[in-house]
Amino acid sequence: MLYDAAIIGGGVIGCAIARELSRYAVRVVLIEKECEVGFGTSKSNSGIIHAGHHAPPETLKGQLVVEGNRAFPQLAEELGFGFKQVGEIVVARNADELPALEALKARGEAKGVPGLELWDRERLLREEPNLSPTVAGGLFAPTAGVINPYECCFGLIQNARMNGVELLVESPVLGIDRRDGFLSIKTPRQLLHARFVINAAGVHAAKIAAMVGLTDFTIQPRKGEEYMLDKRMKGVVRRIIFPVPAATTKGTLVIPTFDGTIMVGPTAEDVDEHDISTTDAGARSVFDFVRTLVPSLHPRDTIAEFAGLRAVSDSNDFIIGPTAVPGFINVAGIQSPGLTAAPAIGRYVRDILKDEGLTLVERDDFEPRVRPIPRFSALSMEEKRARIAADPASAHIVCRCEEVTESEVVEAIDQGARTLDGLKFRVRAGMGRCQGGFCTWRCMELLSERLGLPIEAITKRGGGSWLVIPRLDADPNEEASR
Amino acid sequence: MITRTPRSRYDVVVVGAGPAGLAAALGAREAGAEHVLLVDREPEPGGILQQCIHTGFGLHTFEEELTGPEFAERFIDRLTERGADLLLGSFILDGAPREGAVQIVGRDVGAARVEYGSLVLAMGCRERTRGALRIPGTRPAGVYTAGLAQKMVNMMGVLPGRRVVILGSGDIGLIMARRLVLEGVEVLGVYEILPYSSGLNRNIAQCLNDFDIPLHLSTTVTRVGGRDRVEWVEVCPVDEALRPIAGARRERIACDTLLLSVGLIPENELSQRLGARLDLVTRGPVVDSTLMTSVDGVFACGNVLHVHDLVDWVADEAMRAGRFAAEHALGRPRPRDSVRVVPGQNVRYVVPHTISPDRDQEVLFRVARPVERATIVAVAVGEEREQPIVSKKIRYAFPAEMMRLSLSQADLDKIDAETLRIDVVERPPKKDPKPKGSRS
Ligand SMILES: Cc1cc2nc3c(=O)[nH]c(=O)nc-3n(C[C@H](O)[C@H](O)[C@H](O)COP(=O)(O)OP(=O)(O)OC[C@H]3O[C@@H](n4cnc5c(N)ncnc54)[C@H](O)[C@@H]3O)c2cc1C
Ligand SMILES: Cc1cc2nc3c(=O)[nH]c(=O)nc-3n(C[C@H](O)[C@H](O)[C@H](O)COP(=O)(O)OP(=O)(O)OC[C@H]3O[C@@H](n4cnc5c(N)ncnc54)[C@H](O)[C@@H]3O)c2cc1C
Repeated sequence: MLYDAAIIGGGVIGCAIARELSRYAVRVVLIEKECEVGFGTSKSNSGIIHAGHHAPPETLKGQLVVEGNRAFPQLAEELGFGFKQVGEIVVARNADELPALEALKARGEAKGVPGLELWDRERLLREEPNLSPTVAGGLFAPTAGVINPYECCFGLIQNARMNGVELLVESPVLGIDRRDGFLSIKTPRQLLHARFVINAAGVHAAKIAAMVGLTDFTIQPRKGEEYMLDKRMKGVVRRIIFPVPAATTKGTLVIPTFDGTIMVGPTAEDVDEHDISTTDAGARSVFDFVRTLVPSLHPRDTIAEFAGLRAVSDSNDFIIGPTAVPGFINVAGIQSPGLTAAPAIGRYVRDILKDEGLTLVERDDFEPRVRPIPRFSALSMEEKRARIAADPASAHIVCRCEEVTESEVVEAIDQGARTLDGLKFRVRAGMGRCQGGFCTWRCMELLSERLGLPIEAITKRGGGSWLVIPRLDADPNEEASR
Repeated sequence: MITRTPRSRYDVVVVGAGPAGLAAALGAREAGAEHVLLVDREPEPGGILQQCIHTGFGLHTFEEELTGPEFAERFIDRLTERGADLLLGSFILDGAPREGAVQIVGRDVGAARVEYGSLVLAMGCRERTRGALRIPGTRPAGVYTAGLAQKMVNMMGVLPGRRVVILGSGDIGLIMARRLVLEGVEVLGVYEILPYSSGLNRNIAQCLNDFDIPLHLSTTVTRVGGRDRVEWVEVCPVDEALRPIAGARRERIACDTLLLSVGLIPENELSQRLGARLDLVTRGPVVDSTLMTSVDGVFACGNVLHVHDLVDWVADEAMRAGRFAAEHALGRPRPRDSVRVVPGQNVRYVVPHTISPDRDQEVLFRVARPVERATIVAVAVGEEREQPIVSKKIRYAFPAEMMRLSLSQADLDKIDAETLRIDVVERPPKKDPKPKGSRS
């Protein structure tokens, strides 16, 4: 069978392309090496939907980010993931930085970023009283927002699949062969043929390109460490707080995440593609920096930490377009603001495919909406009662910290969760204060039951991330008899 | 005793059917409460004791070494005799203390509202996790709290890994060290950041020393490595401020599992929803001499009030809480607390937070640092002067071990102040030490 398009990589970019293509009568497959989509960089980032004024207008990323931002309210509504337009403020920490704000404002306005406002020190401190009293002013952008990025990936792929896209997980692409008029893709278990291959493999994109002999760009992974703070810091800032940007990154931020928890980060450090570790030095640099913005932040309040890898290309811009190899399309170097730009990238790639000769006929049965898993904890007592009456499994609380019910967990599994992390990122089971101390076992049991796998086969996030092993041959009664 | 259809009103409702909840229900019945409801999330009563299949429970209460489930069984039997409703697989979501009602959801009841005369909180505690410790490195599978590992081994019949390092010398970690060795798992060592263990001495002896498992004090895990599964942890000695010593050798230990036994935290989200004020040190509710929280009619006991080391003291405290809850529900007169109890020298916390001069009282507390040869002193702190009320000599005190001080009516009569402070002061070494001290 010949696919019209095969997308390599199920990050937010691959998923957004898949979802965009699912509007049309074409055969599409998405191939992902991990056990679930979104487990690469797309779950480990700041989750910000940028207003769009940071990236220079002459770059591709600068062009796609504004359009991406505009697409989010509708996308979030259709796919049912959380999106809150909290707004962002670029803060000048001293008078010397004030001109930079003016320049950013002018740049943003030229790009069509709506609602930019310069705030003087007084206004700034009135709106965000926990900022350092030494700040000099700020640039407010109302259209910036926050999402749970993994939910966005799950929503995109779920919708794409509803509309006919095939998903292959645990299928690392090992090689690609050029054939006459199509390309053949090898994974450990399959050989797939497609007219177009879309390389959306994130930090691995250069390797995928090399499989068809293209070596015209490189990807340098640039690590960013992020630190989540205790609930008690909720509300310390209401908007995303940026410093005046430095050369390599947008700097270290204070982020009120979608759930309200405060997150600080990221760092920026060039590393190899396997290094997703957090470090003492990283923590120190993050906190030393953000305390110049919000002095009450403290490393002591950290409750979780992680790191993600930006895929920085040697041109320092997105590389999106057809290549010297017919049918092979790069969507590479998607560093920040890739999450924001994702919906725009989806459309951009669609247009490229059209230009390259793929016939795209809109399907009249395209269904843009997914039914999100209803969150029990968000219901009122009345609604909870009604839900339980309709669905008794809603009365079984699996995760007590986040109040996640058995029916939510089961639904997440039916929607594609294969691992503990998959459950955690879909329905928050194990994401709360006990970090899975109480519900890990029940989640493993439910995964094992629904997927028909022995408990030992359940993993944290696929691959070699096994959780338990069978008993060795020790005498189980030995201890009791001691 | 097991019910599927609770009444709409009870004299006393108890949240959690661990040892605290079971004893509180029993205490309430014995004190005359007619209708008592005990609610637990789990399909079986017993709380954390269900997974504690080792012996060592009940030495004080029953003068026997029972396993956890056996200890729970004793209380379940006594409670069955007395009669109480036990609602399992049910979760108390929320409450409305002004209306005297709680919201329950569960497999049998669906969603139900139950009214109470008194409510007893006995939700137990949870374990501290990696996030709170800020251990850098990767985030692979194989980092578990010791209690979760205990559940895996003892209740589910599987093992958490093959080569295990344990961080923290809390009792659960110590017990798991032994358990895993008996299961054929390699336990490479227990690392404790403090210069002393946070577990009971008897557990160090019986769980580590007897099995040649090394305990490394003043050492901590500074990094976790491994992509999918733990592959190694890095350990490093720490200085007096508990910071890794710069330049000290950082040793990498190849292992596939890291167990954490680094402390327990009372599970007080429900208490907070009800409006109960918490003590910043215990992280449990502030209670008066009847173990009533700052919310009228709501009592607390067991690990939700403060973390206990021995289940016997949990049961003891909970029996009292149940009795006081029943008295409140039945409208009996309540003591008037007029004395605040506060921690003093080398005392981390004291429970309860207030006492009444009208009835004898036991106060529970923990020391901040280990001491040898000390005196517990209860000092009445008046506006003008301080007056020692009781003093009790002790041979040693460890933070791991909860201390108790009884105040008799005679002692209480001596208090002429609004504050009673508990100190643990070191005694000077004996001038003329006998060749064989009284220490045995
Ligand atoms: C710390 C940090 C913070 C960030 N914050 C923001 C932000 O706030 N806002 C924003 O807009 N952007 C942000 N970004 C950028 C954003 O996260 C990325 O641009 C985006 O996630 C890139 O998505 P992707 O799909 O290209 O990559 P990925 O999510 O990495 O997806 C690539 C996928 O390809 C798969 N793959 C690789 N090789 C193969 C193979 N051989 N076979 C099959 N599959 C393969 C991988 O498993 C992976 O799932 C941040 C990035 C970082 C690192
Ligand atoms: C792993 C471990 C090992 C131990 N080993 C020993 C030992 O060897 N010797 C010893 O003497 N002591 C030991 N202890 C201490 C002793 O077991 C505990 O102090 C005791 O179990 C605490 O009793 P509890 O009833 O307060 O809490 P738990 O036993 O934790 O019971 C609390 C119960 O409340 C339920 N619950 C919580 N929230 C809700 C809600 N909202 N709705 C409904 N139900 C709820 C829980 O499911 C649980 O069943 C150990 C403790 C632990 C954690």
